[in-house]
Amino acid sequence: MTTASEHHLRFELNGTPRELTVRANTRLIDLLRDDLGLTGTKEGCSVGVCGACSVLLDGQLISACLFPAAFADGARVTTIEGLAPDADHLTALQDAFIRHGGFQCGICTPGQIMAAAALLQDNPRPTPDQIKTWMMGNLCRCTGYYKIVESILAAAEASTPVVPRQPVGIR
Amino acid sequence: MRPFQLHQPEGLDEALSLLEQYGTDDAHLIAGGTSLMLLMNLGLIEPSRVISLRRVSALRGVAAKNGGAGLEIGPLTTHRQVELSPAVRAYCGALGETFGHVATVRIRNQGTIGGNLAHADPAQDPPPMLIALGAEVTLTSRKGQRRLPLDQFFVDYLTTVMEPGEILTAIHLPPLPSGTRAAYLKFLPRTHDDYATVSVAATLRVDGDGRCEDARLALAGAAGVPLRARAVEDALRGEALTDKRIADAAALVLDVVDPPDDARGSSAYKRRMARVWTERAVRQLRDQANGARQ
Repeated sequence: MTTASEHHLRFELNGTPRELTVRANTRLIDLLRDDLGLTGTKEGCSVGVCGACSVLLDGQLISACLFPAAFADGARVTTIEGLAPDADHLTALQDAFIRHGGFQCGICTPGQIMAAAALLQDNPRPTPDQIKTWMMGNLCRCTGYYKIVESILAAAEASTPVVPRQPVGIR
Repeated sequence: MRPFQLHQPEGLDEALSLLEQYGTDDAHLIAGGTSLMLLMNLGLIEPSRVISLRRVSALRGVAAKNGGAGLEIGPLTTHRQVELSPAVRAYCGALGETFGHVATVRIRNQGTIGGNLAHADPAQDPPPMLIALGAEVTLTSRKGQRRLPLDQFFVDYLTTVMEPGEILTAIHLPPLPSGTRAAYLKFLPRTHDDYATVSVAATLRVDGDGRCEDARLALAGAAGVPLRARAVEDALRGEALTDKRIADAAALVLDVVDPPDDARGSSAYKRRMARVWTERAVRQLRDQANGARQ
């Protein structure tokens, strides 16, 4: 049985410099979830199709399930935990997903929001068709997608990028 | 995932040395990782060594050649970079569009053109378009280099002519004769991010009288390899491009395609679709050329 090589990793995770050692067969999603406890990023299909493991690497959307953690050396990694500036605020995009019913069960939601964040960074005022084309790599089995498109359109029209976090519950 | 030794060489010489040392074992090269990591996640490949080309910066990027008439693309260039490259768009708009058809933007950010070719999945989008444009590839080993047309690179499903110890180090696109038109038509009956059921890449050049000066056709999803349809090309060259001539030429594709039955259609269905989409691709380019002449 071959042993795994170990790799020293220096990278920026959600704005914080990190330095650690990973094994060659540790994927970025394993590092995030199992080693660092950032369980917002989900593993769905493990073959790059479903989008549940979407994260940003140097601002670019990637699948963390197809990415060896060792390759993150020197990079800037952003996960769903790193979007909001603090516990009292949400990004306008996160807020829009709540207000417009952009999720139901929630398992795909971190991936949806990371993909949508990458879209709005690339194209701040996307059309519904541009949203559908960009988001087709993020599967959702609850919403039927209409509410996701609506959420992203609402976020694009938001007047501020960050909003105070509102209590959420049944009225 | 089974443990493995990961090597991350900083230059091509170091990568070639590692490959020479370990290439005959079960060492695999990795570029973007979208194919190899997928196969490793599924346990279909369990290499003891993986050699990453990601730090070999000389293998990245798109460069104009022949005063902008040709192109050289580094194998580590991502699909997304090819899709958005102004040099690629200036060379041939359909080539950039073809890369925009690969999977989803997330996969295009990761997967590379060289990894795509070396993986040799016959349903992928880039190979037929690159073949129709007359692309060549350079393969480099410690013993030297060889350069061959891309339509001679693929051997069978997931199999190429590459020897252990070789790295695909460049993709070359020749200057296109003026008036050459290109199109990539992808038949997607299921979802937009799917592999093609069949797809057709075509280039066409039409003279002032509406006769075909040259044509190149290649298909994905139609056989164990990305398939060049020379019989169709020969039946078009020198001919007046009437609807009947195009239909008769497109029917010759039936002699060369051998598609597998799978979730994207039965073999019989894909054969018919290969003919239909070949005809559509040629007609589309013929109509564009006629429109430009009028």
